[in-house]
Amino acid sequence: MATAVALVVGGAAAFAWADPPPSVHQIDQIFTMPETPGSSRTVRIEASYFTTGDSTPRPAVLLAHGFEGSKEDMTPEARFLAKHGYRVLTWSARGFGESTGQIGLDSPDREVADARRLIDWLGHRPDVLQDGPDDPRVGIAGASYGGALALLTAGYDHRVDAIAPQITWWDLGQALFPNGVFKKLWAGIFFSTASGTQGGCAFTAELCQLYQQAATTGTASPAALESLERSSPSSVAGRIKIPTLITQGQRDSLFPLGQGAAMARAIAANGAPVAVDWSAGGHDGGDQETSRVQDRTLAWFDHYLKRDQTADTGPAFRVTRTGGVSTSDGKMVEHGADAAVYPGLAGTSRESVALAGGAQTVTNPAGGMPPAVSAVPGLGTLAQLSGGGLSFSQDFPGQYAAFNSAPLASALQLTGSATVRVTVSTGTTAGAVLFAKVYDVAPDGTTVLPDQLVTPLRVSGPGTTTVSVELPAIDYGFAAGHRLRLVLASTDMGFYSPAGLAAYTVSLPAGEVLTAPVDTALRGGQTPIPAWVWLLPLAAVAVAAALLLTGSPTGRRRTVSQSQPSAASGPAPLVVTGLSKRYRGSDDRYAVQDLSFRVERGQILGLLGPNGAGKTTTMRMLMGLIRPDEGSVHVFGRAVVPGSVVLSRVGAFVEGAGFLPHLTGRTNLRLYWAATGRPTADAHMEEALEIAALGDALDRPVRTYSQGMRQRLAIAQAMLGLPDLLILDEPTNGLDPQQIREMRSVITRYAAGGRTVIVSSHLLAEVEQTCTHLVVMDRGKLRAAGPVAQITGSGRALLVAVAADAMTPAARDAVAHKIAAVPGVTAAEPSDLGLLICLEGLPVADLLTELLRLDVPVESVGPHRRLEDAFLTLTGDLA
Amino acid sequence: MTTESTSAAAPGYNAASTLPLRVEAVRQIRRRRTAVTFALMAALPVIVWAAMAIGGVNSNSTNTPDLIDVGTSSGINFAFAVVFLASGFLLSVPVALFFGDTIASEANWSSLRYLLVAPVSRARLLYSKFAVALGLSVVAMLLLPATALAIGMAAYGQGDLHLPSAGSLPLGTSVSRFALIAGYMLVCQLSVATFALWLSTVTDAPLGAVGGAVGLVIVSSILDNISALGSLRTFLPTHGMYAWAGILQPNPEWTGMIEGVSLSLSLAAIFTALALRHFRNQDIVS
Repeated sequence: MATAVALVVGGAAAFAWADPPPSVHQIDQIFTMPETPGSSRTVRIEASYFTTGDSTPRPAVLLAHGFEGSKEDMTPEARFLAKHGYRVLTWSARGFGESTGQIGLDSPDREVADARRLIDWLGHRPDVLQDGPDDPRVGIAGASYGGALALLTAGYDHRVDAIAPQITWWDLGQALFPNGVFKKLWAGIFFSTASGTQGGCAFTAELCQLYQQAATTGTASPAALESLERSSPSSVAGRIKIPTLITQGQRDSLFPLGQGAAMARAIAANGAPVAVDWSAGGHDGGDQETSRVQDRTLAWFDHYLKRDQTADTGPAFRVTRTGGVSTSDGKMVEHGADAAVYPGLAGTSRESVALAGGAQTVTNPAGGMPPAVSAVPGLGTLAQLSGGGLSFSQDFPGQYAAFNSAPLASALQLTGSATVRVTVSTGTTAGAVLFAKVYDVAPDGTTVLPDQLVTPLRVSGPGTTTVSVELPAIDYGFAAGHRLRLVLASTDMGFYSPAGLAAYTVSLPAGEVLTAPVDTALRGGQTPIPAWVWLLPLAAVAVAAALLLTGSPTGRRRTVSQSQPSAASGPAPLVVTGLSKRYRGSDDRYAVQDLSFRVERGQILGLLGPNGAGKTTTMRMLMGLIRPDEGSVHVFGRAVVPGSVVLSRVGAFVEGAGFLPHLTGRTNLRLYWAATGRPTADAHMEEALEIAALGDALDRPVRTYSQGMRQRLAIAQAMLGLPDLLILDEPTNGLDPQQIREMRSVITRYAAGGRTVIVSSHLLAEVEQTCTHLVVMDRGKLRAAGPVAQITGSGRALLVAVAADAMTPAARDAVAHKIAAVPGVTAAEPSDLGLLICLEGLPVADLLTELLRLDVPVESVGPHRRLEDAFLTLTGDLA
Repeated sequence: MTTESTSAAAPGYNAASTLPLRVEAVRQIRRRRTAVTFALMAALPVIVWAAMAIGGVNSNSTNTPDLIDVGTSSGINFAFAVVFLASGFLLSVPVALFFGDTIASEANWSSLRYLLVAPVSRARLLYSKFAVALGLSVVAMLLLPATALAIGMAAYGQGDLHLPSAGSLPLGTSVSRFALIAGYMLVCQLSVATFALWLSTVTDAPLGAVGGAVGLVIVSSILDNISALGSLRTFLPTHGMYAWAGILQPNPEWTGMIEGVSLSLSLAAIFTALALRHFRNQDIVS
C-alpha cells in the first residue's frame, strides 16, 4: 500500500543548520499528495524533518499541529524530541501554513491519508528504526486538531506504535452537538477563523454546508452527523490498540473531559495501555502545562517507542489541581494528584447530596436573549481561578430553576461527572432545551461555577419527562459549609437554544439526590514543600556551630595556669606577667611589650607614663577588655579573661565615663549596680554618692553634666560595692585643683582600709603625692617599678641649660659621663637643652663648681620635674 | 571562667544573674527612641485610616485588586490592609533599630566596658541584649496590627474578611489567621534582627548598625524584584515578607510561609553565631 503511493519529494534540503550539541538538523521539504486517493488533483504539503544528523536508526515521531496553526508551532517540541533521540517530522495540515488544499477536519481520505503517506516516507529512511519492511517505529503526538489526527491515524494505520493526543475530540458530533444542542459559539469560532477574512469557506464544500445549516437551524442533518462521525476517532474505536497517553483539559468547554473518558474507555477495552492526564488548561485557556505535558509525552515514547523499560510513564490517572496564587512568583500553584487506576467519570465511590427546591417555572426568552453566561472561549485563565473563588458566570432571573443543598458537613472533592434526575414539563412540541450546572455557593452567598462548564439537555415535548443529567466532568473541591446549587437555565451564551418564547416547569423527582463521584484513590494534591525547607535550618545550625567552635582564642594562648600559687598572706591583688599586645594593623609595633609587675595589698600604685606609653591598653588588659597576645594578668590569684568573676572584686574607671545619657546620675548608678546582680545593700551607694558630690544634679539626666561631673560620677561608680582593687585611669583629668585635692584624699583614705588602688597618670607630680609605689612605662615597656621614693630618689633632678651651639653632642656626652662619676650624683644625661642631673647629697653649689671646672657654658640651673625628662633621667632611655 | 570557684567572686556575685532582663529592659525602655517607635507603630493605623477616610479607596487603581483596595470592606480588612502596607519595609525599621542600636549605642556611650568589667560575661550580655531587643520588637510589631484591628473594628465593623481575589473568610477564621500572620512576620524579621545585632557588635556607631540592617532590607527587596534572578530570590532575607498573603485565599498556600520561616530561622542562626563569635573575641577599645 505504502509503496503504491506516488511520493514526490520536491525541493530537497532547502536549508539546514546546526545547534550546539546535540545539534539538531532541520530539513524542510514539500510533499505532493493526491487530493483524495485516486484523485488526479494534488495538494502540496510542507514538512520539516528534524534529526541529530547521525545515521543510527531511531524511532520517529509525527508532531501534528492544532487548528489554525502550522508546522512552525511544533518546531520547539520537535527540536526537544530530536535532541532526545527521535526523528521528528512536522508538517502543516491541508489548508494551514503553506500547505494547499481544503480543510477536511481530519478526514480519513484527506488529512489521515496524508499522515499515512508521511509514515510511508519514514518507512524508507535508513535513519529511522524499522519494525519491518515499510514499517517504521513511529508515534504521533499533537493537541486538539492534531490529537484527533493521531487517534484517527492510529485507527487507520497499524504501523503507528504509540500516540499522545491532547485536548482533543473522540466524538466530534457529540462535541459540537452535545445531547443534540448546537455548540454555536465554539463552532462559529472554528469555522469563521479558519476561513480568514475573505468571507469564503476554507473547508471542504460538504463541511461548509454543514456549518451553514447548523448555524441557521441549530440542528445537524443525518448526513452532516455522518460526516462528523467519519472525522471522529470513535468511528475506529475498535482499531486503536496501541499505548495511548490521553491529556484532556479541565478548562475545556469545547472538548470536555468526557471526550477523554470515552477515548480511554474504548482504547483500554482493546487491551492497550492507557493513561489519563487532566491538565490545568484546555481550549478555554488556563495553564496548558506545556513543559510538563511535553516531558510526559517524551517518557511515554521512551517507554513505548524506544522500549526503554526504565522510562516512567507516570500514573494511570493524574489530575492537576490548582491551589492559590504563590506569593513567591505570583503564579497559580499547581500540583498533581495521582491514582494507579483511572475510574472514569463515575469515581471510585459516590456521595449523595440532597437537594431542596420545589417545582419552578423557567422562561425561555424569545430569541434566546439575553443568554446566561458560563464558559467564554479564551477566558480559561479566569476559569482556572474559579478554583480560587473567582467566577464570572451569570444567570437571568426567571430563566432558571435552582435547587440548593444544605451546607456541606465536610469538604467534598468531586472528581468526575455528578448525576441527577430532573423532571421537565413543557407545552411546546419543540420540546425544551436546558443547561444544567452545579454552583459552589459560599456561606457569604458568592457563587462559583466550577471550570465554567455546563451540560445541555434536550427534552422532547409536549409533556412531562424525567431525564437523567450527567453534569460536566470536573475536579473541584467544595469546602465544608458551602452549598451545592443545581441550576437549570433556559439559555447559555455558548449554545443554540430555541428562539420561541416558552415556559418550562422544572422539578426534582421526590427524594432525588445529586450523586457526586469521588476518587478516594487520588493521592497528593498538596503543594510539595521543597526539601531545602528542612535541610537549610539543619545546615544553618551546623554552620553556626562551626562558627562558634572555631575562632575561639583559647587554643592559641593561655599557657599560664589559671591560678598562681598564693603567698602566705593570700594572693597578691595584681600580678602582671610578660604582658604583650600588638594591635591589628600595626604588627611591628607593640602597644605593650613584655610588661611584668606586681601590686601588693594596701598599695597605691601609680602607673606612670607619657601619653601613648601603653597605660590604657594595660589597664584594659587588666580587666579583660582586651586580650593580651602574650602573658597573663592575675587578680587575687585568678587569671583574668573576659568576664572573669574575679572582676567583681575590681572597681574600674577607664578612659572616661560611660553612662546612659538619658538617665539621671542616680539611676545610672542604681542600674549599674543592678546589672552586677549583687545585693543592693552591698553597693554602699550613699558613700559613693558622697564621693561624687553632685548634689541636686544627681537627679538630672547625665547628658546635662559637665565633664568633671561625669568624671566624679564615674569614679563613684567604680567605688560601688567598695571593691578590693580599685583601678582609676587618669582620675583627675578635667577636675579643678580643689577637686583634685579632694580626689587625692579619697584615694588615700580608700587604700587605708587595706584595699588596693591603681592610678594611672602622665604627670609625675600627680602620682608622686598620692602613690606608695610606681610603675613607669614608656613606649609599651616597663622602665621602672618600685616604691616612689626609690624611683624618684631623695635628691632633685636639675636641668642645666647650656648656651646654644656651645657644645657638641659628643662633648655633652663626655661631660655627662664625668659628672655622673662625681660622688653625690646619681645620674647625669645629656639632653637637647643641656644636661639632666640627679643629685643625691651633692649641694647645687658644689655641682655648679664642678660644672664650671669642666668648662661647661652654663646659662641656667633649675629644678626639672617634667615627666618626659624625668624618664630620661630615671631610665636612661637613649633610644 | 566558669571553672573558677566562687570564692574568687565578690560576695553575692553570680555570673548568671548579671544584667537581668528587667534591668536591661528599664535601661532601654526609658530611652526616647523607644517611646517614639511605639508611638509611630500605634499611629500608623490612624494615619492610614485618615487617608482612607479622606481620599477613599480607588479600586480601579490597579488591574488586580489587592488588600488595600478592599481595605474598607470590614474591620479585619482594614487591619490586613495596614499590615500589608507595613510588611515590606516599615516593620523592619523598629527591628533594625532595637537590634542594631543595642550594643553599638553602649559602645558609643562607653558604658559597654563598664558592663563588661562588672563583670557581665560577653555571652550573657549578648543574651540580655538580644532578649530585650526582641521583646521591644515584639511589642512594636504587635502594636501595629493590634491598633489596626481595633481601629478597623471601630471604623468598619465586624464583617467577614473580603478577599481581594474573590470570596471571603469568616471573621473568626480571619482573626485567627491575622494572629498567625502577625507571628509569622515576627519570625520573618528575625533574619533582619540578627543581622542588625551582628552589625551592632562590629561597629561603635549605632546609626551604622541600624542603617546597615535597613540597607540589607532595601537591597534584598530590590534584588527580589529582579526576575532574572529566578529561584535564587527564594533565599533573599525579604523574600518571604509578603508570603502570608498566600493563606488569604480560598485555597490557602502555606508553602511560602513555611519557606519564609525556614529561611529566616536559618539566617538568624548564622547571624547570631557570627555576632557571638565576633563579640566574644573582640577587643573592647571603645
